[in-house]
Amino acid sequence: MAVSVALGEAPVVAVTPMSYWRTVGWRLSRDRATLLAGGVLLLIALSAVLAPWIAPYDPSAGSIRLRLAEVGAPGHVLGTDEQGRDMLSRLLWGGRMTLVAGLTPVLVALVLGAGLGVAAGYVGGITNTLIMRTMDIFYAFPAVLLAIAISGALGPGLANTLISLSIVFVPRVVRVAESATVQVKGLEYIAAARASGAGVRAIVRHHLLANVLGPILVFASTQVSLSIILAAGLSFLGLGVTPPAAEWGLMLNTLRQSIYVNAIVPALPGLAIFVTSMAFNLLSDGLRDAMEIRG
Amino acid sequence: MSRPLLEARGLRKHFPLRGGVLQRTRAWVRAVDDVSFEVAPGETLGIVGESGCGKSTLARVILRLIEPEAGVLRFDGEDVRAASPSRMKRLRRDMQLVFQDPYASLNPRLTIEDAIAFSLLVHGTPRREARERACAMLGRVGLDPGLHGRRYAHELSGGQRQRVNIARALVLDPRLLVLDEPVSALDKSVQAQVLNLLQDLKSERALTYVFISHDLNVIEYVSDRVLVMYLGEVVETGTAEALAQSPKHPYTQALFASAPSMDPDRRMDRLPIAGDPPNAIDPPSGCRFRTRCAFAMPRCAEVPPRLVPVGATHEVACYLYAAEPAPVA
Repeated sequence: MAVSVALGEAPVVAVTPMSYWRTVGWRLSRDRATLLAGGVLLLIALSAVLAPWIAPYDPSAGSIRLRLAEVGAPGHVLGTDEQGRDMLSRLLWGGRMTLVAGLTPVLVALVLGAGLGVAAGYVGGITNTLIMRTMDIFYAFPAVLLAIAISGALGPGLANTLISLSIVFVPRVVRVAESATVQVKGLEYIAAARASGAGVRAIVRHHLLANVLGPILVFASTQVSLSIILAAGLSFLGLGVTPPAAEWGLMLNTLRQSIYVNAIVPALPGLAIFVTSMAFNLLSDGLRDAMEIRG
Repeated sequence: MSRPLLEARGLRKHFPLRGGVLQRTRAWVRAVDDVSFEVAPGETLGIVGESGCGKSTLARVILRLIEPEAGVLRFDGEDVRAASPSRMKRLRRDMQLVFQDPYASLNPRLTIEDAIAFSLLVHGTPRREARERACAMLGRVGLDPGLHGRRYAHELSGGQRQRVNIARALVLDPRLLVLDEPVSALDKSVQAQVLNLLQDLKSERALTYVFISHDLNVIEYVSDRVLVMYLGEVVETGTAEALAQSPKHPYTQALFASAPSMDPDRRMDRLPIAGDPPNAIDPPSGCRFRTRCAFAMPRCAEVPPRLVPVGATHEVACYLYAAEPAPVA
């Protein structure tokens, strides 16, 4: 440890300074909580991707005789659900759905929100008013309510879940992007770039985006865990993924009546949701710390 | 006298203060009000005044970073305000700005080499040449391109950053440099180094300076002529010596009196200035300085005084020196 600390001090005085992204990577590599969270996420992502090959059973094939087997039952490491389907297989397959439903809306919101927010912040005036007041309309509803309302109107299904969650997250990203843009736009280096004769495109590309995308990215990463929970929540309410497909929120819903028969098995999808969203939270915290510019 | 390099006539910039649900304009901040001056090639014009008197706004108006509402701005005889975007881009190479805050004026995500080269790239210089010229410029302002070129702004000290700012402004080979409080954020010892660097660069590159500062010592040291501003207006203008030896306007006198002096006999025997400057949102009627002026007369509240000559190149806007009685409106 002492050696790495000494190395850590070195770039400040040494002749060869590190580039920004190398500094970020170096900081991340020393942050244990973030590394652990990243490792957990990598494991979850891998098991979700590889589910068709590593799942021991067909996730939708049940057996009436083997309903609600205990964790550790012979042949079923994590037991079986209320229809006798293998829990491990269903959790692996369910992770695919949950990750897709959690990540896609945030990615969509990141692209749309950053574009709208930066445009609103940089152009200002009536464009800003138009975009930001429209976003305020969405802000008037609590996130869960808005997601339920839109999903309810569109009907159940994965695609509709993705649409409704994207609508929930776009305004949030727009707000962060707009305020970051307004703040950076007022700094003197933007004025200096204008004074040097640079056009809007060059200024936005080289001076604005580089300083605005970091905070937006960090904010978006904090929203992934919420998105996962909302997606699971929609499935739980019957508005998301439709049975018999495996999805953690939906599994929680169908297993909930069995909680008095077997307490551990119904808790497993909840545990999976908790661990995944927690890992995303820790990762975004670490990302925020690592991307901070220290003077 | 030859044609002035920069000529400003009646420049005016008022900022609207909006409020309420409908964002209606409630009041105007008169940041720059009817300011006129000329700068001859090779000259240094000092602009001095308290914080909030519109100095920085004036700097940005000169470079057309802020559009003035009224007035004429000529650079080498060319009307700057009427310049087309492409013409303006060309003009920007000739007039550059050095900013006040050495921290906010450098992009934290660019190496200082890239920050300087950016201006050249904007004007179509090939990447390699831009980098070479940026490094050469870094060397000229006293930084080692090998040691500092690949660093980020936050790894440099305030004085080093201000050198980078100067290099960025000069790399385009401008003829006019507007310096907006270039040394105010620096320590005294570093101030002297940067000021000397600026003086050297000026004679070396035949530059013309508009030097803005609130520090009279600095202004006296660098300027040929001085413009004294108060709440967006010019109250006195003259050569640096004339102003230092016989300041006419009560405000200029107070400024000189409040500057610390090394001479014990000169200390505080002149008028000290009292209170804060009034708000530029609602400036006093007539002469804007009258609320703090020891010589205020009834007529000062009526009509603002105009600049009247009190010497060959010395003008003052004060009724104490008015040759003829003020016209009653």
